[in-house]
Amino acid sequence: MTAARIDRIIAGMIGYLPLVILALIWEATTRLGLVSPRMLPRFSDVLGAFLDLLQSGELLTNAIASLRRALIGFAIAVCTGTTLGAGMALVPWIRAALDPIVQIFYPLPKSALIPLVLVWFGLGDTSKTFLVFLGCLLPMILSTYNGMRGVDPLLAWSARSLGASRFDVVREIMLPAALPQILTGLRTTIAFMFLLMVSSELVIATNGLGYMIGAFGDQGSYPAMFATILVVTALGFAADRAFLALTDHLLRWRA
Amino acid sequence: MGVLRLVLRMSPVLALLAIWYIATSLGMIKPFLLPAPQTVAMRLWRDIATGQFALNAGLTMYRALMGFAIACLIGVPAGMLIASDRTVRWFCEPLISVGFPMPKIAFLPVFMLWFGVYDLSKIVMVSFAAIFTVVAAAEAGTRGVDRVLLWSARSMGASRAAVFWDVILPAAMPQFLTGIQIALPVSLITAVAAEMLMGGAGLGGAMLAAGNYADSPGVFAGIVETSLVGLLAVGGMTQLRRRLLRWHPEFNPR
Repeated sequence: MTAARIDRIIAGMIGYLPLVILALIWEATTRLGLVSPRMLPRFSDVLGAFLDLLQSGELLTNAIASLRRALIGFAIAVCTGTTLGAGMALVPWIRAALDPIVQIFYPLPKSALIPLVLVWFGLGDTSKTFLVFLGCLLPMILSTYNGMRGVDPLLAWSARSLGASRFDVVREIMLPAALPQILTGLRTTIAFMFLLMVSSELVIATNGLGYMIGAFGDQGSYPAMFATILVVTALGFAADRAFLALTDHLLRWRA
Repeated sequence: MGVLRLVLRMSPVLALLAIWYIATSLGMIKPFLLPAPQTVAMRLWRDIATGQFALNAGLTMYRALMGFAIACLIGVPAGMLIASDRTVRWFCEPLISVGFPMPKIAFLPVFMLWFGVYDLSKIVMVSFAAIFTVVAAAEAGTRGVDRVLLWSARSMGASRAAVFWDVILPAAMPQFLTGIQIALPVSLITAVAAEMLMGGAGLGGAMLAAGNYADSPGVFAGIVETSLVGLLAVGGMTQLRRRLLRWHPEFNPR
């Protein structure tokens, strides 16, 4: 049991060996002077900057500020989006009312809304939270709608004929059957959340990880800038992995 | 008849426009927060008439499409290579799984540092943002090709090149195109965001300038202009898919 577990951990580490190799190549090219340190700071310097930022608490406060804004917008978008998507799939008049609006706003590049939230809400937290909400809303509506529409109507009819109420059918049949697609949509939505969080903070913010990246870049503190970028990358990766683990857990009843 | 149906289908949008018009003309909302639709329309018309729209949209399209094309030209072969070579796959798979969910725009200051603040850095930024989707889709598509197809072609004496061009490429095409279809809006989003961060000409730069000067009709006109470009790109891509996959069951329902 423990031996098998150690084997798994070792296999996992070998799986991520390429990342270590990449870091070593980075360190080697900068140490050998192949790349000017003005262009690419040494990996070890970036690590040092990371530790400094961690120690001073700067990294933590800004990460919390970013994630708080992003997660609030994301959570509201997920609740609203799944409700509206389910409404569109189940109730014809909601579909008739929302479908053209969704269709019109879907191709709009969400980053174009950054100046709008700036005009509406200024530099504070609300502007970024609202942007994340807007950007995450449409993918959630669409994946819920598509997932629920794709449910085999035979399942619903059978349940109804066996005496299930409309509400039971939605909760016990439609939602579980649509869950895989909703979860796929949720995964892209999480990526969207991080993208909008960082890009809005690069343009309009006074704190947060995106703001740190931009500010360090303007100051020319490149090791700190690279360190923050790596932190953002690691956060996105960790969220994605955690979500995949959650998906496996939620869908374990499937074949 | 067709016009009537279209108007009926689009009635929620028209209702939204009507609410917008009534709310602004009754003075319920400050014009700074929400300019009247006719003000935005006039601004849009002025941008079109003066050639501003063509210039900005053209620049944004150029950056987005160049970056997108580079991402496809590198990404599709790279994805196919990753799918078919074990060593390459071992090396690249963790890089993709880290790169796929990361907010690529965070690298913009790096590209500014390396490639300056003009077109090149924006194009590189767009390619970098779009390429992971393309590679992942190309890899999945290539790996998903039915083994029986490959074995049959080889056992009938097809050369490696023939297997590639006549079996793998067509069989994996739907997934390639799905990846490319996702990558195109990503390219546009990234181009607009990059322009917004660096300023200068282009739809993103124009909107940022409008936002900074508190010129809300300019911001709203910019949003409409950007959606028009997005609509055009997404529509064009759907048409391309239909053309390329004319033979595929997807477009030949029985």
